[in-house]
Amino acid sequence: MTTALKEWPLWEVFVRSKQGLEHKHCGSLHAADAAQALDMARDVYTRRQEGVSIWVVPSAQITASNPDEKGELFDPAADKIYRHPTFYEIPDEVGHM
Amino acid sequence: MYTQSFNVPDAPDGKTVPLAPSKEDAALQAAFDTRIDADGRIEPQDWMPEAYRKTLVRQISQHAHSEIVGMLPEGNWISRAPSLKRKAILIAKVQDEGGHGLYLYSAAETLGTSRDQMLEGLHSGRAKYSSIFNYPTLTWADVGVIGWLVDGAAIMNQIPLCRCSYGPYARAMVRVCKEESFHQRQGYEALLVMMTGTEEQKAMVQDAVDRWWWKCLAMFGPPDADSPNSAQGMRWGIKRVSNDDLRQKFVDATVPQAKVLGVTLPDPDLKWNEERQHHDYGRIDWNEFWETVNGNGPCNKERLATRVKAHNDGQWVRDAALAHARKQQSRNMKEAA
Repeated sequence: MTTALKEWPLWEVFVRSKQGLEHKHCGSLHAADAAQALDMARDVYTRRQEGVSIWVVPSAQITASNPDEKGELFDPAADKIYRHPTFYEIPDEVGHM
Repeated sequence: MYTQSFNVPDAPDGKTVPLAPSKEDAALQAAFDTRIDADGRIEPQDWMPEAYRKTLVRQISQHAHSEIVGMLPEGNWISRAPSLKRKAILIAKVQDEGGHGLYLYSAAETLGTSRDQMLEGLHSGRAKYSSIFNYPTLTWADVGVIGWLVDGAAIMNQIPLCRCSYGPYARAMVRVCKEESFHQRQGYEALLVMMTGTEEQKAMVQDAVDRWWWKCLAMFGPPDADSPNSAQGMRWGIKRVSNDDLRQKFVDATVPQAKVLGVTLPDPDLKWNEERQHHDYGRIDWNEFWETVNGNGPCNKERLATRVKAHNDGQWVRDAALAHARKQQSRNMKEAA
């Protein structure tokens, strides 16, 4: 039996569940090319009308942030509470603002 | 969707990696433990102990194999379904199982194994899959009973896996569980219809229940006292509920369903225990279970041979698709040049 080194490349699948909403990552699959990846994504991820549009992206093309740098990247936002509307006290009589 | 709620060791491949923890590893291990203790999630790029990774690869790939092999016993009945409606339902269910296998293979691949490696494990007989598929589907009633009991048992087991500590596995299980309840309900409903039929049809349902009941109880895995790996799985947040607790839940849920259906569950010791507020049930034949897990069930050879043949017969399709993709690519490059 020969199975080695003939794998189809990996694709990430993004599905828009309904017009007006964003495409959301829903999983991955192997396919020989983009057209086949779209066909397979339809069969694998939208068997129950989960989508109205599909994007496929070669997994190798995605650049991800490094989990080790999570602190440096995201922690600085934690002490900037003045970026949130609830930081500001407004008199009640002003009503909704 | 199907899984054995425990993780049977695959046959040894002769490779053991000696572990020599360094100081850096100890710090990483501590960070990992803290996250697990806080019921946090682990994602593919995060550091994880090698044993956690290996356990997950084994469990998720066994789970994926079970989905794929699980297509075979029911697939046998597609051409013999009693009506066009039942045929369409069965095709949809079998297609779902294929999809579930794909979600799970993808989840396992995030841990650094490849699809080819996993398929090689399955096809060579080294990797395990759920023992339940090594029993034959003798009549149409078996298809209904597989939906009701086998999928029912699988659902019990899979719902807690939606909270598994490994993100991609948990997300795959959420997707699977959403699709799963159709599987159980279609099976139960098919049996309800048969039970309004002739005496012969009713007897067929009872016979199928008699043959599958004990095997479904065994699907939850050995008693807690005999599953040494369970504690580690619990510690890692991979397993959330013990084998015996899941089994008990399944028995308690199934008894009233059997009553509505009008069948008897084949266990003289099955009765309500007022004190425990649960049903007591009889002894499971673990010898038979292990015989089947270890390759000596009635259909082990046939299932594996069918699976390998299907894969080999599809080789030319995979080759052709790759050749086509390459040709398109080089044509596009020529046009661009």
